[in-house]
Amino acid sequence: MPKDHGIGASSKRREDVRFLTGKGNYTADITLYGQTYAAFARSNVAHAKIKSIDTSAAEAMPGVLAVFTGADFADVGGNPAGWLIQSRNGETMKEPKRPVLAHGEVCHVGDAYAAVIAETVAQARNAVEALVVDFEELPAVVDMADAVADNSKRARTELTDNICFDWGWIEDNRAAVDAAFASAPHVTTLELVNNRLVPNAMEPRASIGVYDASTEDYKLYTTSQNPHLTRLLVAAFVMGIPEHKLNVIAPDVGGGFGSKIYHYGEEALVLAAAKRIGRPVKWVADRTESFLSDAHGRDHVTKIQLACEKDGTFLAVRTETLANVGAYLSNFSTATPTFLHGTLMAGPYKTPLVYVNVKAVFTNTAPVDAYRGAGRPEATYSLERVIDMAARELNLDPWEVRRKNLITTDMFPYTTPVALQYDTGNYQATLDKLIELSDKAGFEARAAESAKRGKMRGLGLSTWIEACGIAPSALVGALGARVGLFDAATVRVNPTGNISVMVGAHSHGQGHETVFAQVVSSMLGIPEANIDIVHGDTAKIPFGMGSYGSRSLAVCGTAMTKAVDKIIAKGKKIAAHMLEASEGDIEFADGKFSVAGTDKAKTFGEIAFSAYVPHNYPLETLEPGLEETAFYDPANFTYPAGAYSCEVEVDPDTGKVEIMAFTCADDFGNVMNPMIVNGQVHGGVAQGIGQALLENTSYDGNGQLVTASYMDYAMPRADDLPNYTVDHSCNTPCTHNPLGVKGCGEAGAIGSPPAVVNAVIDALARAGKPVKHIDMPLSPARVWAAMNA
Amino acid sequence: MTQVSMTVNGKAVSGDVEGRTLLVDFLRGGLHLTGTHVGCDTSQCGACVVHVNGIAVKSCTMFASEAAGAEVRTIEGMANKDGSLSVIQAAFQEHHGLQCGFCTPGMVMSAAALLKENPKPTEHEVRAYLEGNICRCTGYHNIVKAIMAASGQDVAAIAAE
Amino acid sequence: MYAFEIERPSTIGDAASALGHDGAQALGGGQTLIPTLKQRLAAPEKLISLTAIPEMQGVCIGDAGEVCIGGATTHATVARETAKSYPALSGLASHIGDPAVRNRGTIGGSLANNDPSACYPAAALGSGATIVTNTRKIAADDYFQGMFTTALEPGEIITEVRFPVPQKANYQKFVQPASRFALVGVFVAKYADGVRVAVTGASEDGVFRWDAAEAALSRDFSAAAIEGLTASATNLISDLHGTPAYRAHLIKVLTKRAVMAAA
Repeated sequence: MPKDHGIGASSKRREDVRFLTGKGNYTADITLYGQTYAAFARSNVAHAKIKSIDTSAAEAMPGVLAVFTGADFADVGGNPAGWLIQSRNGETMKEPKRPVLAHGEVCHVGDAYAAVIAETVAQARNAVEALVVDFEELPAVVDMADAVADNSKRARTELTDNICFDWGWIEDNRAAVDAAFASAPHVTTLELVNNRLVPNAMEPRASIGVYDASTEDYKLYTTSQNPHLTRLLVAAFVMGIPEHKLNVIAPDVGGGFGSKIYHYGEEALVLAAAKRIGRPVKWVADRTESFLSDAHGRDHVTKIQLACEKDGTFLAVRTETLANVGAYLSNFSTATPTFLHGTLMAGPYKTPLVYVNVKAVFTNTAPVDAYRGAGRPEATYSLERVIDMAARELNLDPWEVRRKNLITTDMFPYTTPVALQYDTGNYQATLDKLIELSDKAGFEARAAESAKRGKMRGLGLSTWIEACGIAPSALVGALGARVGLFDAATVRVNPTGNISVMVGAHSHGQGHETVFAQVVSSMLGIPEANIDIVHGDTAKIPFGMGSYGSRSLAVCGTAMTKAVDKIIAKGKKIAAHMLEASEGDIEFADGKFSVAGTDKAKTFGEIAFSAYVPHNYPLETLEPGLEETAFYDPANFTYPAGAYSCEVEVDPDTGKVEIMAFTCADDFGNVMNPMIVNGQVHGGVAQGIGQALLENTSYDGNGQLVTASYMDYAMPRADDLPNYTVDHSCNTPCTHNPLGVKGCGEAGAIGSPPAVVNAVIDALARAGKPVKHIDMPLSPARVWAAMNA
Repeated sequence: MTQVSMTVNGKAVSGDVEGRTLLVDFLRGGLHLTGTHVGCDTSQCGACVVHVNGIAVKSCTMFASEAAGAEVRTIEGMANKDGSLSVIQAAFQEHHGLQCGFCTPGMVMSAAALLKENPKPTEHEVRAYLEGNICRCTGYHNIVKAIMAASGQDVAAIAAE
Repeated sequence: MYAFEIERPSTIGDAASALGHDGAQALGGGQTLIPTLKQRLAAPEKLISLTAIPEMQGVCIGDAGEVCIGGATTHATVARETAKSYPALSGLASHIGDPAVRNRGTIGGSLANNDPSACYPAAALGSGATIVTNTRKIAADDYFQGMFTTALEPGEIITEVRFPVPQKANYQKFVQPASRFALVGVFVAKYADGVRVAVTGASEDGVFRWDAAEAALSRDFSAAAIEGLTASATNLISDLHGTPAYRAHLIKVLTKRAVMAAA
């Protein structure tokens, strides 16, 4: 019997009712009294010196209230990178300033250099067109290979070359890795592109700035995955607003996928503008503006090599990657290609030697940062593609090559050669489950049937691992992080026994309001309906770090359970007093505090009431009230892992790939709500299939974004995608958090792209059209060209 | 500015609009019916789908003045009279057919239009009909399942939510 | 969008005179024009909506058996009402855009815009249709004059499109994966006096007839008849989604598929 409530139940989502009835409250839906509108002037060239901006005509336009240029922010700070990377030579990475508005120089198409505040959106946009800017065009750096090869063209005039850092992981291993390659019986080399993606949350970014002159308080409504981080960045780094005078609210947020982690200049602009004009200032991006100015994802060019025995035993892995960071360092842009990428290059395998080199490259393109999976999809794709290629070269079964090299259950905890310690897992179990669920045994018959219809069928897999709940703070601090990566929760038991839980995590589709309530319900034995989860408002919640990196339950959920533990502990003290028993004899179960071995008991509600109406209460030793906060900083990452397969048909006439089946065998540790976990996997896999087959972000040689709307950027639609088979029965609970959870939000996007590409390569090979590799996206045109090369 | 009148979710409404005022802007800005969303500029994402005289249209690609005199229905008018979720809305909740909720109003409106035209669609027909509605969260599996279920068909064969 | 006014005349005559003023522009279903206006790529002073004119609505059968479609008839209506009289045209109309777009977009708007990737130009040229305007009748062969270019004079209104019904016909569209417009679309129609093959999506010059395929199929209406042909890649579109060579290849693949589906 599936559970019908609490931990492990597929509780229906409470947030759905407001979304299904049009009652969601997204930033763009908010209208404040006296609201005005901002519009941004964005560069139409990739790189230019701003010689002058004449704002006089714009200022005289109807409805215009204020015009801002970069000069207005020359005296405030810049938006920082969150992680300082050390190069192999010991130098610290280059960090050119990222101002609120471009000042002196525009660095990519879409770079905002001025803003107009007006009574209406149309008036603001009209005035933007009346700005007279004199650009002196500078050479644009678009292609990474050119950027590295030619120092004469630089993405930022203040740079001496375009390399942000040159990072080796682990540098001390380099010689041993090179030696292993020199003596290896077989070496497979693959050069590949991990295509740049635009996250494309369906809700475009939006912000409203508010200033109250009487109290000097600011308020920012914004589309954020982490309102406290935004507050910290705006306050401490960019604007110098005292942190306690800024309230950041991220109301309903329509998807993020990483792109709404970061602080963007538009947020600072609306706050500054609200103060100057004394009225709320609202900005809502249109879709093309989102394409031009949201942080993009991926964009690696990698050479990966695998050294192995002739029987497929892995000996060493070596990679060289160029990682595009765009024209400005977005907040996590330097962590993504390094500590979220290089540290995963061992995969779930016993490979004894691994060395990763990443050069981050400035270009005159939009910033690139973490997008669903963030570094781990890049690592997984490189590794899972080169393994498939090696198996083909050695005439071995790619499924069995993986099995031969997987870390076995007796090896945990397992320390990888790239410095992670995997606490637990069972990679053979998920592979076996995949073989069963994908009906691998029946594949040949299905392939024969496809061939009768003139189609080429293929089957591909990936066995992947990721690291979630990035931590611990002390470790990441030593590695260059500028923030802590704990989280926090406050559990407030109200006098009548219902509960408000204020969490640092932020839900923008994940269903925290439902799942977190399930956890608290199970722990306290009270109905889910009596528990509300509050998030997204810095004035209400404790300082938390928001949601990204599949961290919400593993980190914030743990903080929440610790706060609940404190509630129970205090409740026991109150119960001991009321029941005239010793605290050690009080047991708590099913919502009741009882004296062990007796029928004396108080309900949770009675204890809560007593805490707020302390007539019979140990006031000498215990404070009244029942509210507890816990902060939690994890001891380690969590390590979700799994095995994915994809079955495709390729049309030999057109090169079109159709996904016939997609199967996922995941280990997420304990699962709190299977329905929601499955939904997370579905969405992740869809984005991975999108990357593999459809999505491509293309800049032309002049740095113009060719794919700046859905006319050219292919978003996966319902008829592009299959049904998914998802299983998470092979669970090994995480060993270092009390819920035993690992995280599920990114897995689908990490494990799926190589499975898709491996399947297409398999289909072509089986049809006698051996193709070593095709770069993503495997569009019909690319597949057709590859098989007819 | 000219005055435009129409019926929205059964209520007669009117307001001043410019020639360029889009129906979606009239609904959101003029009537504060913010359930209808705007997710793109090119008439592709479908977050803005509403019904005008019973047929699905993209309210971001129609001027408010073109809906003069029309019966318009938005997501705010889709629940049952007693406020409970309609069959389609309930199916979306039951089968986890939404995550962030932003595309959801358009999905529900398109689903309702589909089931009116085709009360028992096949899975292929559902996927084809959703060509103009983009969802970034769900991978569509549970949306398709929800619509199939709302049509009264057994969806057990389409894997668990 | 820049500011403009909208007029909704109820007769062709009123529409024509409204369009006679400087700065006036016709508005069909708006599915292309409105996104263009949003990008501020056009700045009309006045839009003259053609969707409130009853005589420009609907589908009927003409005296010569041809299918006659009012210029302001939506794709959805065409799809529904030509299902029996001209199934290939119905099939084409039922795959333009998406359902909500088909409920607004009109045949006249599509033909007047003549997007090089639109579907209707292939049907009109492939059927040898007659474009009827408020002032004259234009043969499809004379109407399409290159990408976004037609024989229409400023202010001229497509009031009706007349399609001779072929013995057999079919349209095959291979979609551009982002826009879902035709990367290549091929309309094949077999008439008593010969076969017409019209190709959209592929050429820098917009929709065109594949003469060699027409000749071969007129002799032998079978996929085998064009096996030996090669569509020329000269002047075909090169973009992110396909090279000229790929498009040329697709023209042949889709032509064969259309013949097989029609036969």
